Amino acid sequence: MSAASIVDASAGSPVSVIGPEHSPTAPVSIHDMTVAYHRKPVLWDVDLDVPQGRLVGIIGPNGAGKSTLIKAALDLVPRVSGEVLIYGKPFRRQRRLVAYVPQRESVDWDFPICAVEVVMMGRYGMMGWCRPVTRAHRRAALQALDRVGMADFADRQISNLSGGQQQRIFLARALAQEARIYFMDEPFASVDAATERAIIAVLTDLKNSGKTVLVVHHDLQTVSQYFDHLIMLNMRVVAHGPTAEVFTPENLARTYGGRLTLLSEAAEALARGGRAV
Amino acid sequence: MTWLDADTDIIFSGALCALACSIPGTLLVLRKMSMMGDAISHTVLPGLAAAFLITQTRAPIPMFIGAAVIGIVTALLVQWVRDLSRTDGGTAMGIVFTALFAVGLVLLRLPAIEHIDLDPSCVLYGAVETSAIDPINVLGVEMPRAALINGVMFAVNLGVLLLLFKEFRISAFDPALATTVGINATLMHYILMTMTAVTAVAAFETVGSILVIAMLIVPPAAAYLLTDRFGVMFVLAGVIGVLSAAGGHVAAIVIPEWLGVGDTVTSGMMAVAAGALFTLAWLVSPRHGVISHLLSRWRLGLRIMREDILGILYREQEQADHPTPSLTTAVEAIVRLRKLRPVIARLALSRLRRRGMVTGTLPQLALTDRGRTEAARLVRSHRLWETYFSHQFPTLPSDHLHAPAEVLEHLTDDALRDRLGQRTNDPSVDPHGRAIPGAASGASIDGS
Repeated sequence: MSAASIVDASAGSPVSVIGPEHSPTAPVSIHDMTVAYHRKPVLWDVDLDVPQGRLVGIIGPNGAGKSTLIKAALDLVPRVSGEVLIYGKPFRRQRRLVAYVPQRESVDWDFPICAVEVVMMGRYGMMGWCRPVTRAHRRAALQALDRVGMADFADRQISNLSGGQQQRIFLARALAQEARIYFMDEPFASVDAATERAIIAVLTDLKNSGKTVLVVHHDLQTVSQYFDHLIMLNMRVVAHGPTAEVFTPENLARTYGGRLTLLSEAAEALARGGRAV
Repeated sequence: MTWLDADTDIIFSGALCALACSIPGTLLVLRKMSMMGDAISHTVLPGLAAAFLITQTRAPIPMFIGAAVIGIVTALLVQWVRDLSRTDGGTAMGIVFTALFAVGLVLLRLPAIEHIDLDPSCVLYGAVETSAIDPINVLGVEMPRAALINGVMFAVNLGVLLLLFKEFRISAFDPALATTVGINATLMHYILMTMTAVTAVAAFETVGSILVIAMLIVPPAAAYLLTDRFGVMFVLAGVIGVLSAAGGHVAAIVIPEWLGVGDTVTSGMMAVAAGALFTLAWLVSPRHGVISHLLSRWRLGLRIMREDILGILYREQEQADHPTPSLTTAVEAIVRLRKLRPVIARLALSRLRRRGMVTGTLPQLALTDRGRTEAARLVRSHRLWETYFSHQFPTLPSDHLHAPAEVLEHLTDDALRDRLGQRTNDPSVDPHGRAIPGAASGASIDGS
């Protein structure tokens, strides 16, 4: 019995406002993707197209697979099945089009490095192996720092920055990548209000210039205000589409609902050894 | 103590060994994988034995290939054991390297190997002392064989580092980003593991496989305490490594004479010297050192004492202007502070006098105009904090406002005080009804 049929049997098809057929011009197009850590499935049968030029929120409870969705799309964790296309081609052939901001806690902020050097890492992919960093790249990194209001901190060692400033450094690094799609894992986690405003302003700028931005987000209060498109996730896509249409109490209850769904019971059984399935 | 040419040779070999080790060592420390260095420096033993069994020579090239292969095998095995058995990385390393090391010791006992001089004790402890009696002629220059091998190793490591500098940097700092921009962090990991294994083989004739870990990890760990720059850390690790080698050999000659004991082993003393240098770095490091932490705590204590004395004198004068019954006088309060922390209180008083903020001695201590201005700032911070708390927590009893304000007044700079004034609408009196100095509607902060 395949993963897809379990989903269909227990939980029904995901609600999708966008049609089921995939578009080859979509910035991110995910086809029947299932991801598991060890034997425990984390994401079931994700199938969606992200339209261009949108600021897309990815919301869902803890353990819903929000970060995993991004990491699987970027080949950072293996997919059990399915494929992800970036403008119609696999990610490994489209790296230059994609910028990635991992969670702030995923790196060691005591690393001996200063802010502008972190930002320059965003451009390493353009430089090629074994090539040194040139002055043009340094200039671009300084400009990116300026865009997030951190130009004065370029030579600061990164552990001497506040949490909000560290997050801005990460955003500057993504800007320095000069990509067309931005994947951001919880950029608003424990940052100050000023930083949150600064980040959302930059993201809105990106959207207005035709870039596509996907953001893992936690604060439901700001969802309607920040995002024009939404992916509601709880191990599978509960709902996906324009925020105005899918951000409804009914979908929220289905995304965050406390009781065990048949689906997660099936997942538990699979983790125990697959007998019940 | 007499200095021989042999001593120079020994230090030369040791220093080159330390330099070669400092490069993979720095990367291991930054990737928080120091114990991987320990594991690999042990598992090269079966690699060497296997290489000998296959090729029947002790020539350097097969030995280095054997080491490189076993380095990668070790890294792979550690990864597999960790992923497949629910153990953490440290446990996986403990399992893999002890097992492989033991296999190596058994291999050394095989008849096919036993006749050659792959002496286990030399493998474990090294034999840097023999470097002088094992010279080799390179382009007409006679040098110790160990120096040549370690020198070549250093040159190779330096070359790889310079070529892949940014790749090493990004995959050490943020492997996920490295992988998404097309710099394969896993590949960089195995390059580092290979470099570590080959360096360990080059080094183990000099310092022995047990002490390779000291040369790999201790100088970079000391360098980490001393700098906040990626490139500088490599340079410092090299310098500290060279100093450990030189200091270790000198100590190996001198210390047995002092203690009246027999010989010590130079390689062991090099590790001791590296440990001593690490301790020194830990003590004196400007940002992370013990001494600088103690000093800054001492300075903070001194400043708080000065500010407390100013505050006490200010409040007493304030009460003299508007008499209210008071339980303790300023003199009593300051005498009590002096009993509590005699040294700091005395230093604080003399500093205040030198800065012209107070005049006289106890019991006739008085604020100067300058002292009053400074004290007024402090009291303003204190009372603004009390006001702020009473706004934020209206149900808090008013006698609970003092304690947090007493702490925060010392941490409030001009900018924060201004913002505090704005947030509380610049009141002229605090929740206890006392005047707040410097309020636009009340007394000016100059005290005039």
